[in-house]
Amino acid sequence: MALILILIAVGSVAFHLLSPWWWTPIASNWSYIDTTLIITFWITGAVFVAIVLFMAYCLWRFRHRPGRRAAYEPESPRLEGWLTAVTALGIAAMLAPGLVVWSQFVRTPADAVEVEILAQQWRWSFRLPGADGRLGAADIRHVGDDNPLGINPQDRAGQDDIVIDGGDLHLALGRPVRVLMRSYDVVHNFYVPEFRAKMDIIPGMVTHFWFTPSRTGAFDAICNEVCGTSHYAMRGRVVVEDEPAFREWIDRQETVSQRAARSTGTREAGLHPPATDVR
Amino acid sequence: MSDAITGPQGGSTLLPEADDLYHPHSWWTRYVFSQDAKVIAIQYAGTALAIGFVALILSWLIRLQLGFPGLATFIGPAEYYQLITMHGMIMVVYLLTAVFLGGFGNYLIPLMLGARDMVFPYLNMLSYWIYLLAVLVLVASFFAPGGPTGAGWTLYPPQAILAGTPGQPWGIVLMLVSLILFIAGFTMGGVNYVVTVLQARAPGMTLMRMPLTVWGIFTATVLALLAFPALLVGAVMMLFDRLLGTSFFMPAIIEAGQRLRYGGGSPILFQHLFWFFGHPEVYIVALPAFGIVSDLISTHARKNIFGYRMMVWAIVAIGVLSFVVWAHHMYVSGMNPYFGFFFATTTLIIAIPTAIKVYNWVLTLWRGDIHLTVPMLFAIAFIVTFLNGGLTGLFLGNVVVDVPLSDTMFVVAHFHMVMGVAPILVIFGGLYHWYPKVTGRMLDARLGQIHFWITFLGAYAIFFPMHYLGLLGVPRRYYETTGLGFVPPSAETLNAFISLVAFVVGAAQILFLFNLLHSLRHGAPAGGNPWRATTLEWQTPETPPPHGNWGPNLPVVYRWPYDYSVPGAPEDFLPQNRPDPVRAGGGP
Repeated sequence: MALILILIAVGSVAFHLLSPWWWTPIASNWSYIDTTLIITFWITGAVFVAIVLFMAYCLWRFRHRPGRRAAYEPESPRLEGWLTAVTALGIAAMLAPGLVVWSQFVRTPADAVEVEILAQQWRWSFRLPGADGRLGAADIRHVGDDNPLGINPQDRAGQDDIVIDGGDLHLALGRPVRVLMRSYDVVHNFYVPEFRAKMDIIPGMVTHFWFTPSRTGAFDAICNEVCGTSHYAMRGRVVVEDEPAFREWIDRQETVSQRAARSTGTREAGLHPPATDVR
Repeated sequence: MSDAITGPQGGSTLLPEADDLYHPHSWWTRYVFSQDAKVIAIQYAGTALAIGFVALILSWLIRLQLGFPGLATFIGPAEYYQLITMHGMIMVVYLLTAVFLGGFGNYLIPLMLGARDMVFPYLNMLSYWIYLLAVLVLVASFFAPGGPTGAGWTLYPPQAILAGTPGQPWGIVLMLVSLILFIAGFTMGGVNYVVTVLQARAPGMTLMRMPLTVWGIFTATVLALLAFPALLVGAVMMLFDRLLGTSFFMPAIIEAGQRLRYGGGSPILFQHLFWFFGHPEVYIVALPAFGIVSDLISTHARKNIFGYRMMVWAIVAIGVLSFVVWAHHMYVSGMNPYFGFFFATTTLIIAIPTAIKVYNWVLTLWRGDIHLTVPMLFAIAFIVTFLNGGLTGLFLGNVVVDVPLSDTMFVVAHFHMVMGVAPILVIFGGLYHWYPKVTGRMLDARLGQIHFWITFLGAYAIFFPMHYLGLLGVPRRYYETTGLGFVPPSAETLNAFISLVAFVVGAAQILFLFNLLHSLRHGAPAGGNPWRATTLEWQTPETPPPHGNWGPNLPVVYRWPYDYSVPGAPEDFLPQNRPDPVRAGGGP
């Protein structure tokens, strides 16, 4: 048993060091999260190895032999006090950096661009502000075939918004993004592992988080809160590109008012508008 | 001291000849509708282990899909979500809670405290039968149209009661009804455990002379009595939302293009209610395990538990703190993010009393006389897995570290290690330890060793590498992960490996089942106290103890439960009811 315990301690550390499975290369500003995680790994890893090895030593050294008798030692307030203090210190060493980083996580920088994500069973839609830099108001009452996000037609700020329904979300490199998230059906969660950050999306309220993309590339986005039968297939894509490429992309997109005009045009021509939701 | 029966229970009604309360009248009242806590304990444990085996088979199917996607054509996404939901709920509520409180609690509380029975035997019997009904209702959902619910064991609305989730027609309704029944049944038992501990202890059994097993079960029961009502309220409200069209948890919703007749409710309210129950639930399972493992280690290391008073206060402190940490399950739920500061702090503080318990177990081994019996092996394995799972809890409790890890396989690995594997190892250890008292025969030690090594090493090999899948970003509750850029092909190899080990570990449990049944008749006769233990349950006049436990006279307690290897004592243990040959009082 003692030998097995030693093997477990050594094996666990070896697995940690040698395993090919580690986090994906980061693509956002949240490298602090990785740092806190590493600190936690070191502290907890040391505690794990120390206690398991101590146990292994005891099991070998104090194993039963004929005539052996255990010591009688009900308690030792001194030792217990020391252990409590050292533990509290270790805990503080993990908690303090954690809370410092959390205070950054909860405070969105003032210059962050707002981007909206609408989650539905089982697809993603995105909305970016137009030239005015603001997202128009939206509500479930306005949802219709032409208006899957429920943008309020009365709100002028919404007319120049850009809706990405079924396509990839593009973001500009190095610009902080405040992600505002809504759902009209069930709880979802928007998660891009490379960004580290994530947040649930709750119907009936707007949730948010922020990050700054720090690396260009295309990243898989997944739903990370169980949302029904096709939860596992609710996937999207975020493309991070440098400012010129992003500008070029956004200029190609249709605004809400342009789309409305086109849709009216189609209808006048006697055609049905394309179904946006096939279920 | 023959007058000692007029102890805390008081009065002559405790004399069997004065009152035949403890004499069953027929086969039915002896074995089926028995009011004897020991029979009820066996019924509870038997039912829980039976439904636990169902959960084990479900876990095989889950691993079949995860390790070898597409191989089992009968597991589609809907079935997969039903599997994980039922596996989780059965394990947490119907197996772990029921075994520790209904099983070990019923058997050990009266015996360890020197009582004749629980104080409300009829209520106690009712508790079991309602639990059985709850299990049957749960099982019925497998056969209902649409099958059992696939909402995930957390049952988050609105998803849980909408058509996009499997089991929407009947499964979720039966699940909620079953939970309501379980809570009603548990409350009847729980009231019993608490009142028995407070009122029916043998003369001399002060609270600070109670074995830690009783402290653990007692505190866990208090937690459960306070926490389960939150789940009850949540379940009733969700049932109303589902059946009567109320909107407690339902905001305005568009489903499949249709606006539903819900509006104004709060999905996040359910999450608060669920986790207000859900976090104490972790300790409802863990505290009895803490208690049992303390007694196993002390007995088999022939040494007093180190720092008994600290251990008691740690149990109580953990119990109290467990009510102010629930929202650490909700760091990324969309609740006000400033809550994170509070809940991260409380969560990491709870690690301190927990760490003290680990230190004291390990220090109990120091300078002991360690017998590596099968129960002891399980107890040591518990420390390893609990330590591992507890430490990964520090990742998830530390709010910002939780952000990337929440809802990934890291979480799955963490909670399986800490509240799946660890408590189940204690259940096994406890069964190997107390089986001789229950049946009068020993379990086969060689089979026990094989069972132990496969289970312990296998479980570690399953769940330790799984953390690294979570680091990678592999989400939990995914039917398949094909096509995700951040999941390398090697992750699938690892998944296949985990599945293979899981199949072996699952199959090894058949050894245990065989041992359990075979030893009933063929086990070596155990005698009254095969482990030479100090606590009262080993000092009964007869083994197995009859209804009423103690014969004409209740035991009288003279010392704390951990007088092992007392200097100057003739043997290396002094039972709690032995008048002092060495020194008066006993204990620190």
